[in-house]
Amino acid sequence: MFTARNKGRFALVAAAAGVSLALAGCATGDPLDDTTDPTTEPAEPGTSESITIGSQGYYSNEIIAEIYAQALEAAGFEVNRQFNIGQRDAYIPALESGQIDLFPEYTGNLLQYYVPDTEATQADEVYAELQVSLPDGLQVLDQSSATDQDSYNVTAEFAAENNLVTIADLAGVEGLILGGNPELEERPYGPTGLADVYGVEVSFDATGDATVDALLQGVVNVANVFSADPRIGENNLVTLEDPEGLFLASNVVPLASADLPQDAIDVINAVSAALTPEGLVAMNVQSTTDELSPAVIATQWLTENGLI
Amino acid sequence: MNLFADAFAWILNPGNWEGRNSIPQFIGEHLWYTVLAMILASAIAIPLGWYIGHTGRGRDIAVAATGAARALPSFGLLFLFVMIGGVANRDSSVMIVLALLAIPPILAGAYAGFEAIDRRVIDAARSMGMTERQIVARVEIPLGLPLLWGGLRNAVLQVVATVVLVGFVRNATLGYPIVQGIQINRFDQMLGASVLIIVLALLLDAIFALLERYATPAGVRAGRNRDHRTSSTRRRAAGGATPASTEKEMSV
Repeated sequence: MFTARNKGRFALVAAAAGVSLALAGCATGDPLDDTTDPTTEPAEPGTSESITIGSQGYYSNEIIAEIYAQALEAAGFEVNRQFNIGQRDAYIPALESGQIDLFPEYTGNLLQYYVPDTEATQADEVYAELQVSLPDGLQVLDQSSATDQDSYNVTAEFAAENNLVTIADLAGVEGLILGGNPELEERPYGPTGLADVYGVEVSFDATGDATVDALLQGVVNVANVFSADPRIGENNLVTLEDPEGLFLASNVVPLASADLPQDAIDVINAVSAALTPEGLVAMNVQSTTDELSPAVIATQWLTENGLI
Repeated sequence: MNLFADAFAWILNPGNWEGRNSIPQFIGEHLWYTVLAMILASAIAIPLGWYIGHTGRGRDIAVAATGAARALPSFGLLFLFVMIGGVANRDSSVMIVLALLAIPPILAGAYAGFEAIDRRVIDAARSMGMTERQIVARVEIPLGLPLLWGGLRNAVLQVVATVVLVGFVRNATLGYPIVQGIQINRFDQMLGASVLIIVLALLLDAIFALLERYATPAGVRAGRNRDHRTSSTRRRAAGGATPASTEKEMSV
């Protein structure tokens, strides 16, 4: 039994090594890239009317993607939904390779992806720089007034105790713990940016989806929460002002393939014109509090705004 | 660009061996969670397993429960416990989940070790006038050790592989570079951390294999070849002796 067990284990290791080598042999970047998957074959704008829409693995982003999808469907386009893809680093290659034609994005974060050391912070500057920074084959359509950007939040009590109004006020506070998603640690506005721009030293706790809970329970003092998150209002969190522009203004903007048909562009621009910050928060509330599906929320919003 | 080479470059990069989020820190945390969970699970499973093995009481329940517990989805369980216990208690939640995972193999090793003992040996001990306590301490525990070590060995492999899940609830252990790597598309750190986990698992397995062989009392090892029980294959499996090692012992 001893030998048999060892043999089994050895076989497993050998198999794992074999798979790794096979992966390594053909990998030029993303080893999990499924470009050959027939179900995600790129739509060919111009030759067919099918438009592939993607979304992040973030409920609010998925709602916006669903709005795009339903608006386009109402205008007679065939839509292929590829939702819940994950973070920017995972889906941008798919957009660049033409597998995805349309994606709800956020101006500031998208600009920072392409120009990590950008100095633009205001909405118009960011949008203008974004338009010239995108690679060939991609374009941004009109930005909407709705914003959903990273922001640093503290509890009302903590803000009162330490007289906090702006992020700079954190500089005098000892033993700060910043909570957020794991990737925040590597972002320009993460712990490094806080130290460089505001002289605020923090330790980092990857609290992930439980970030707001962690803040309320005192596990962390400062939490990175998206500004359109309804829990900021529900829990009386104080969003610290950002006078130095650590975070870039991040308006909702459709990122599209350069050869998206003009009539589809018109449909999406009409959606962006109607999307307001309040409207976005209200839809997020419908998702988190009322637990409605993105499809239902999108239909309601489009109907209310007379878009379908 | 070779992914495997990138992973080793990540492991060997001196920048990753110091400061915050260094590889030694991740390995240390990984081992810390593993060892603590093993201690917790052993404290529960070994005495319980010995009790079941000695008395035969609750054996059916133990067999059923350990079988069912092996099917528990550790990932779902972790999030359930973290949701119930809150973020502030996430370390306790992690420990409970890891211990729950480790208990079945240890428990099985503990009671199977007692059950594998030739009944005549225990009868002999009893007829020599040993008390029940002495039978457990001097006969059953030493003779049951090889299977118990086997159970611990299984458990530690499962735990060291599952500690990766800690990366989903906090920035600790070798699971964190993997979880973070998914979000920022850093395949080098994902594969690099995975390689380190595999190495850690193999090392721990090797250590337990040695313990399994050498931490057994000399008398138990010596007695192995003179085992004339009818179902001798099972006994040999219990001892964990390879034919090669048996031959060696006989030649000595």
